Amino acid sequence: MSSNKKYWKSVEELDKNSSIVEALKNNEFVEEIPTDEFLGNNDALSSSSTSRRDFLKYVGFSTAAATLAACEGPVNKSIPYVLQPEQIIPGVADYYATSVFDGFDFANLLVKTREGRPIKIDNNTIAGAKFSANARVHASILSLYDSMRLKEPKIEGKNSTWSAVDSKIKSSIADATAKGGQVVLLTNTLASPSTEKLIAEFIGKNPNAKHVVYDAVSESEALDAFETVYGERALVDYDFSKASLIVSVGADFLGDWQGGGFDSGYAKGRIPKAGKMSRHFQLEANMTLSGAAADKRLPMSTANQKQALVHIYNIVTGSSVAVSLEDKFKAEVTKAAQQLKAAGSKGVLVSGIQDKNAQLLVLAINQVLASEAFSTSGVRQIRKGSDAKVTQLINDMKAGSVHTLIMSGVNPVYTLADSASFVEGLKKVKTSVAFSLKEDETALVSTIAAAVPHYLESWNDVSITKGTYGITQPAIRPLFTTKQFQDVLLSLNGLTGTFYDYIKANASTIIAGSSWNKVLHDGVYVGVVPTVSAGSADYSAAANALAKSKASQGLELVLYTKTGMGDGQQANNPWLQEFPDPITRVSWDNYVTVSNADAKKYELSNEIVANGGLNGSYATITTADGAKLENVPVIVQPGQAVGTIGLALGYGRKAALKEEMMVGLNAYSLYKGFDNVQSVTLAKAGGEHEFACVQGQKTLMGRGDIIKETSLEIFNTKDAKEWNEQPMVSLDHKLVEATKVDLWDSFDRSTGHHFNLSIDLNACTGCGACVIACHAENNVPVVGKSEVRRSRDMHWLRIDRYYSSESTFEGDNERKENIAGLSSSLSTFNEMEKAGDNPQVSFQPVMCQHCNHAPCETVCPVAATSHSRQGQNHMAYNRCVGTRYCANNCPYKVRRFNWFLYNKNSEFDYHMNDDLGRMVLNPDVNVRSRGVMEKCSMCIQMTQATILKAKREGRAIVDGEFQTACSNACSTGAMKFGDVNDSEAEITKLAADERMYHLLEHVGTKPNVIYHVKVRNT
Amino acid sequence: MKKVGNHNSISRKLFFSIALMLSFSFTSFAQEATPAADASAPDASATSQSADPVKGKELFNANCAACHKLDAKSTGPALRGVSAKYDAAWLHKWVRNSSDLIKSGDAQAVKVFEENNKAVMSAFPQLSDGDIDNIIAYTSEPKAEVAAPGPGGAEVPGKPAVDSGISNNIILGALALVMVILVVMLFLVNKVLSKVAKANGIETAPKAPTTPIWKAFARNQFLVLVTAIFLLLASGYFVYGYLMQIGVDQNYQPIQPIHFSHKIHAGDNEVNCKYCHSAARVSKNAGIPSLNVCMNCHKNIGEVAETTATPEYSKAFYDEQIQKLYTAVGWDKTTQSYTGKTQPVKWVRIHNLPDFVYFNHSQHVTVAGIECQTCHGPVQEYEIQKQFAPLTMGWCIDCHRKTDVKMEGNEYYTKIHDELSKKYGVDKLTAAQMGGLECGKCHY
Repeated sequence: MSSNKKYWKSVEELDKNSSIVEALKNNEFVEEIPTDEFLGNNDALSSSSTSRRDFLKYVGFSTAAATLAACEGPVNKSIPYVLQPEQIIPGVADYYATSVFDGFDFANLLVKTREGRPIKIDNNTIAGAKFSANARVHASILSLYDSMRLKEPKIEGKNSTWSAVDSKIKSSIADATAKGGQVVLLTNTLASPSTEKLIAEFIGKNPNAKHVVYDAVSESEALDAFETVYGERALVDYDFSKASLIVSVGADFLGDWQGGGFDSGYAKGRIPKAGKMSRHFQLEANMTLSGAAADKRLPMSTANQKQALVHIYNIVTGSSVAVSLEDKFKAEVTKAAQQLKAAGSKGVLVSGIQDKNAQLLVLAINQVLASEAFSTSGVRQIRKGSDAKVTQLINDMKAGSVHTLIMSGVNPVYTLADSASFVEGLKKVKTSVAFSLKEDETALVSTIAAAVPHYLESWNDVSITKGTYGITQPAIRPLFTTKQFQDVLLSLNGLTGTFYDYIKANASTIIAGSSWNKVLHDGVYVGVVPTVSAGSADYSAAANALAKSKASQGLELVLYTKTGMGDGQQANNPWLQEFPDPITRVSWDNYVTVSNADAKKYELSNEIVANGGLNGSYATITTADGAKLENVPVIVQPGQAVGTIGLALGYGRKAALKEEMMVGLNAYSLYKGFDNVQSVTLAKAGGEHEFACVQGQKTLMGRGDIIKETSLEIFNTKDAKEWNEQPMVSLDHKLVEATKVDLWDSFDRSTGHHFNLSIDLNACTGCGACVIACHAENNVPVVGKSEVRRSRDMHWLRIDRYYSSESTFEGDNERKENIAGLSSSLSTFNEMEKAGDNPQVSFQPVMCQHCNHAPCETVCPVAATSHSRQGQNHMAYNRCVGTRYCANNCPYKVRRFNWFLYNKNSEFDYHMNDDLGRMVLNPDVNVRSRGVMEKCSMCIQMTQATILKAKREGRAIVDGEFQTACSNACSTGAMKFGDVNDSEAEITKLAADERMYHLLEHVGTKPNVIYHVKVRNT
Repeated sequence: MKKVGNHNSISRKLFFSIALMLSFSFTSFAQEATPAADASAPDASATSQSADPVKGKELFNANCAACHKLDAKSTGPALRGVSAKYDAAWLHKWVRNSSDLIKSGDAQAVKVFEENNKAVMSAFPQLSDGDIDNIIAYTSEPKAEVAAPGPGGAEVPGKPAVDSGISNNIILGALALVMVILVVMLFLVNKVLSKVAKANGIETAPKAPTTPIWKAFARNQFLVLVTAIFLLLASGYFVYGYLMQIGVDQNYQPIQPIHFSHKIHAGDNEVNCKYCHSAARVSKNAGIPSLNVCMNCHKNIGEVAETTATPEYSKAFYDEQIQKLYTAVGWDKTTQSYTGKTQPVKWVRIHNLPDFVYFNHSQHVTVAGIECQTCHGPVQEYEIQKQFAPLTMGWCIDCHRKTDVKMEGNEYYTKIHDELSKKYGVDKLTAAQMGGLECGKCHY
């Protein structure tokens, strides 16, 4: 970014005629340095008693003295509290229950604080706390310590005070009232009873005021449809655990569809119990998390999805609306629809099509099914935005009828497709106020940039679903001179007191039968959950209208939000930037995903270059009305529906970002009419993009001992030996199980604790919450895009994603088995390296496997890595000399080497390089230095803390107490942790389960991480 | 600097033998000192004449001292000379039930009440008139003159020990002098004898020219080799010793911003360690007490007693330290109130474990029940706190190898104790047997 700012070095420069300025321009010093005085006089020089040799001696002596002096240890200061707060004991963590809703993400949380600073987000597991944190919420703790935050309010770009801001807003509103101009509050969806009450009071006092709700990523059509039928602007809180058949038409419900947070319910139905598990059909264009988890995935364009939806509607309700569904889909869609109908109340259909008619059909189908998963009690209130009202507002602004615009929690200049007309309208607004964490795109062009506190520094309340109530409480004092939007509103309403008092007073009307202190302690309160009853709507008209919708010309662009970035609020968060996308495994970028067929058509390609990095072509995307996005990097995505391309929102931000974070392109500019589906043309552009992709290998190539997969039918009917095959080896010419053969004498681990971590591949959706939780707990450094590209990422926990080459992994296995001869093997393996057009996808979280017979331990020349009786493979960083033998000898490639010093190093300008960012570090875990190997410790600091707590309290440990950061973060229950020496523990049962297997069992490492065979209900 | 454990065996023996030798002289002097101290005791008691103030002092300490001092304002006003200000009958009423007196509207009572921040004084109906008179008698005693410690003053306990140290040196010096005189005398005698011999004409046999000893040594290759090996080993020993003590800060005794004497607190006054370092029970840090903990006592203890002063540190010096605390915490002694202006104390950290070591106090203090002194030394004797233990890994490991885990009554250990004691065939288990030597238990 170029800047026209002029910097003055001294006041002298302001005076154009100053001779000093003129002199300084040419010379470093104004006056000549009188070197002649001592150099010119030869006599003085020769008579000097200090010879050149003496001088060198002095230099040598002082250097040596300084070096010797440096050998002494530093003097550390310890500063105790003057008045120690009662609840804070240095060295002991405190937890605060809170709930968060930032306009996009929501969760019920426990915030772990140490010495008064929040360091980690955990899930609140108390009854009633339903929503667990996703990767972005886990990472939000780092956004609290973002050094680029707005630190004080600004008026017209200049630092100002809150009193000035308050009086300016007040006078502007008074002026608006006098002149008859509109006062508009433009906010994100609030879902906060107290804030909404406050806004209602504000509008009551100012009749010229109105409130517009704007969601950056719109769910407006679904809201409109629900409002039409149920009379309330809300979304259904589906409970997928109650469904035995799930049909999703373009809804990535395991991702961010309608706010997300459905994964824990979904996963409950996915673990085979008594031979039963849910079946999941997914019709979608982009490859999503839901598509990856589905039993049957049909890649199809949104236009086809619309027809398919009408087709399903026909079959389920017995209507006969004419549809033009392509023949190749007909059979599969019919099959899904018939099974859905047969499932009845155990079936559910969801759709992400941004079309009111489509959303009406979803309601119609679920009503006819009387679906249990589709429950209208306790509807979601986390999306309320109205596209029409936002469009109206922009028109009003351009017409000059908006006098004062107060924005909170929104960044329309960045997130609106037609940002230019918003900015144009903003110029006609007399006073615009942007309440924002950052001096973002909108704050930069607003009159007032009002600094707000982070949610971990503020009071608020939130009602995520109707009938539940949660309190957002601060876990730290505000770091900067910030003020909440609500506190400003309070003073505008002429009320005294703080927003805290206001919430407390308001809460008393909501939390019947409970007390403020209890709700504050629990974080949530569940009251009477109201059910909304259905009205009527003309469904057949909707079906007819939808069936008549035309397929778009050219390619269909489907915009989506990435698991790591969401709507882009936290673009300056290095954890999220470095978080590899679960599907593409690419970090630090957004890109256009194209299908294999389209890639060939447009001559786009991906290739892995000599240094192991992934390169890709560039493309230019042009929408129907001429909006253009140039040089978009291309990822060829297996499973992408032919004729569609995908592009993630949330990238390409430039304001209030560190330079390293300014990655990707702003796809919001193509988000025309709040429709995530756009008709576009694609053209190849010159040049090659360098990706930071952490997984070069795409397919499993029939290596059935890495991911074991089977179908429910085989699982139910065949013996475990057939679908969970034990590797066999020859011992004394007899075939024996590989696990029975051993080079080593086994150590007795039957006493004390013996930890195992279980990962159920059926329940894992690849959401990545564990990856970020691991980062936060273990002080894992961020290394940046170019280092990730060099395969030097430091993630202790990665989630491998595998595609199949055939349509199923089983198909891959068979093909591999059938290879005969060398030439056939060469050609077959070559082909199997390429993922299929609609591959099966599997996720597999891999961290240090904590092998009982660890190959890394035997090769360490300094015994820096050693084994414990508790099953954990230890890593003594201070002992490590960095030979990297261990990493070479590890069959799982889970060891990470510190190639550089990642903290206090300006070359790695992420959170560990500033005082503020370092506040997030966990004081119980060492920050590693350069030249040291590191890896997953199975959160030994947490297991040790649990043991110590029990010892102090003089009691045995109960099952469930032992946790790791990843198992704590896992909302689906895919990761379970515990002590296998406790015969009653859940983990002991999981370890004895017939689905259990070890990764690369034939190597004989005897890992303490166990996996469970993935079963698909095909 | 200190040597590392395995090196001090020779020096320890040397030191021990010298210490043994010296200890005899110490004990002999200590025995002399004891009767002297005993003799001074009756003298002190003899000075008190009247019986009333003695009883009064007892009563004062039992009932009044929590809020009143004789010469300084505390929660209540200073009481010395109170009888001069108010008449005895009024004082009787006031002491028995001051709030009644205030309620009754007694002008003097209201005035006193308001002068003292309206602090309500507890009622003492149990005190008889005689008791109160005794107390008044005690408060009416003139302030005792501070006996200047030093020359001519009363013997301070501990001084004899210091004296004996000096006399030891004198004895050694005298012995050395005697030795020197002996040597000189022998030399002189030798000279005189040879002169006499010369005078008498007795020829001393001329010495046969022998090879100088160093040449003989140099020629003997075996001796050279042995010496070289010895020197190399010796220098290796010392170099290794020097290198191993780098980063070991045993006996580190930095100067602190406030001269805090553990001897006075933990030693003389027997304040429990964990009263101030309460976090040691539950946290990984023992915690430096926050200043409000200091103020629990020091709100009332504004100065040290006369007897606290030592020849090294005067009463004025200690009082100044308490004043430093008041400045830090923002306590105004005259108004007995907090000013709100605080200056947190920047202590110099003595025990610095490297970042890669995890140590938890509560594990050792609460679970294992280890005395603080085991690792921190005789803190109750330290005038200035220092690092007692070397805090090296060897030191930790040694203790983990030797120490039996305290398992009795702790249900956590029940199962593991049964299993492990069967495995090792012992009843008691050391920390090492429990897995206390595993790297990851302390390094993560």
